[in-house]
Amino acid sequence: MSATLAQAALTAPQGFLSPNGVEIAFLLVGIATLGAAVMTVTTRQLVHAALWLVVALGGLAVEYLLLTAEFIAWVQVLIYVGSIVVLLLFGLMLTKAPIGRSPDADSGNRWVALAVAVAAAGTLVWVVVDAFRTSWIDLDGPAQGSTKVSGEILFRHWVLPFEALSVLLLAALVGAIVLSRKSAPDDAPGDAPAAAPRETESR
Amino acid sequence: MHLAYPAVLAVLLFCTGLYGVLARRNAILVLMSVELMLNAVNLNLVAFDVWLRDTLHGGQALTLFTIAIAAAEIGIGLAIVLAVYRNRGTSDIDRLRDTAEDPGPDPAEPEDPAAPAQKAEAAA
Repeated sequence: MSATLAQAALTAPQGFLSPNGVEIAFLLVGIATLGAAVMTVTTRQLVHAALWLVVALGGLAVEYLLLTAEFIAWVQVLIYVGSIVVLLLFGLMLTKAPIGRSPDADSGNRWVALAVAVAAAGTLVWVVVDAFRTSWIDLDGPAQGSTKVSGEILFRHWVLPFEALSVLLLAALVGAIVLSRKSAPDDAPGDAPAAAPRETESR
Repeated sequence: MHLAYPAVLAVLLFCTGLYGVLARRNAILVLMSVELMLNAVNLNLVAFDVWLRDTLHGGQALTLFTIAIAAAEIGIGLAIVLAVYRNRGTSDIDRLRDTAEDPGPDPAEPEDPAAPAQKAEAAA
């Protein structure tokens, strides 16, 4: 009884047509993020796609901040914007992606892809809006994703997955090095990254 | 905040990534679209974690794990793309049709009019 009353009190002043400040900020940043994401998948300049990806990932970090998950937001900035986009740019440069417009950036089945994406978006938006029409996130109270809380739950309840993940990351990096080093036997067996000699050789 | 805002944004980002995966030709752009899809999932995880007020904060822990796995995935993926580029001279996934069941006109053959131009462009 009291729970339903509290629920009613919680939901009473809220509505679709009277968004509060956090919702407006979330909406604006979300529009910017979505626009950057659409530019990422439609631009014909390959390097610009990576730069638009930076905007999209940074916008998502702001969304995490608005959802009070500050540690995730900073991890997002550090790992995604800081390292993954740089890796992607390295990949674009190493495969000699054309600078400037490339007319064949999209494959021939882009209209099928567009139809599939629009159909999936329509279905999922309908389902999600219908399912969570009456659900509200309570953002008041102490931040749920502060660094203190994240550290406590990560090293108290999630230690074993965390350590397993570190092993996985090590294995993945060793695998990446093995995959990308040159396999010619006459090479010097030094462990220099394969990128540097290939770069000099190809120019 | 209404839960529909992050959920709908995540759906739209996921479908944008889906379009990118299906429509792009360059393998690295496909990897970027995969990153967009992973980020949409992360946004969902964070939003539902905050909504449910999980005491273990499973959503946020899983988000951190997803980010780490995405970093591993992008490292392996780029290594594979670079190896393919070194062997084939292209990172165009439409032209990697060795295992296609019904091989169309082999894009490596010079009878394909687009192939020599792209080879020249790749070699330049």
